[in-house]
Amino acid sequence: MASMTDLLHYKDFPEGMVIPFGTYHLSREEVIEYAREWDPQPMHLDEEAAKRSVLGGLAASGWQSSAILIRLAVDGYANKSAAMASNSMEEVKWLKPVYAGETLTGRGTVLSRRISSKRPEMGILKMKFELFNMEGELKVEITGVQFMGVRHP
Amino acid sequence: MIGLYLEEIDVDRVVELGSHHFTKEAIIAFAEKYDPQPFHLDEEAARKGPLGVLSASGWHTASGWMKRYVATNQAAEAKMRAEGREPAPLGPSPGFTNLRWIKPVTPGDTITYRSTVTGKRELNSRPQWGLIFSLNEGFNQNGELVFSFEGKVLTPKRS
Repeated sequence: MASMTDLLHYKDFPEGMVIPFGTYHLSREEVIEYAREWDPQPMHLDEEAAKRSVLGGLAASGWQSSAILIRLAVDGYANKSAAMASNSMEEVKWLKPVYAGETLTGRGTVLSRRISSKRPEMGILKMKFELFNMEGELKVEITGVQFMGVRHP
Repeated sequence: MIGLYLEEIDVDRVVELGSHHFTKEAIIAFAEKYDPQPFHLDEEAARKGPLGVLSASGWHTASGWMKRYVATNQAAEAKMRAEGREPAPLGPSPGFTNLRWIKPVTPGDTITYRSTVTGKRELNSRPQWGLIFSLNEGFNQNGELVFSFEGKVLTPKRS
């Protein structure tokens, strides 16, 4: 994490800003490990069962795909900024399966922003987060709130 | 859902999903992997933050819901098979709306989840399937609502 003095704040996230994220390689082992603990359905655990399912191959739980996009966002900007815990996500769309072995990337877009009227030290960013594979296929789209500290000199 | 076809699922039906316990170690382990922000990783940092307490990643709380949802479905399906009935398969979900983290989930909390059917409809594009809409909630050991979202899941039709 960056030191307090060079953290990004509300002013650094203007409306329309697009933040590119890094990459995340999703191994077969990680798909199965998450599924065993949180979503033990055959199409997330077993290649053969997955091939016969609507997903057509071993694919991550939608919740794991969402969590990977969050990880990319945390590394991409949240941990370089005065980000605070979010309280809501308006919509999560699982558009395409995320397959074991894929490398993923993403981006965040500031859709709109305002300063909280109740808490002037806190900004409210409405964000769109998108998860893609290396072929540019959009897999997951999340729209939600990011609370962000406002720096008062 | 719970082995039932679209026609057999009544609106307003409540499905109790059971509980998941959140230890400090599990909260930190999940956050290290998927949501490594200081207020999910470090008690000292969390104490100085806006929530004032170490809290689970919201995606950890949501994963706990999925774990209980799958376990509840699989138990219902096994019971039906034991009675000689073939359960309807659990369909995929296209996503969900209005995910809310109302109160922090903190070390030692036990969250009890439930799902309430709020609506259903047939799909013109896929005549063998319908959509079930649900309100999903998690309550802590004090009965406080901490988590909710509105889900949708594809559900096969019997006919």
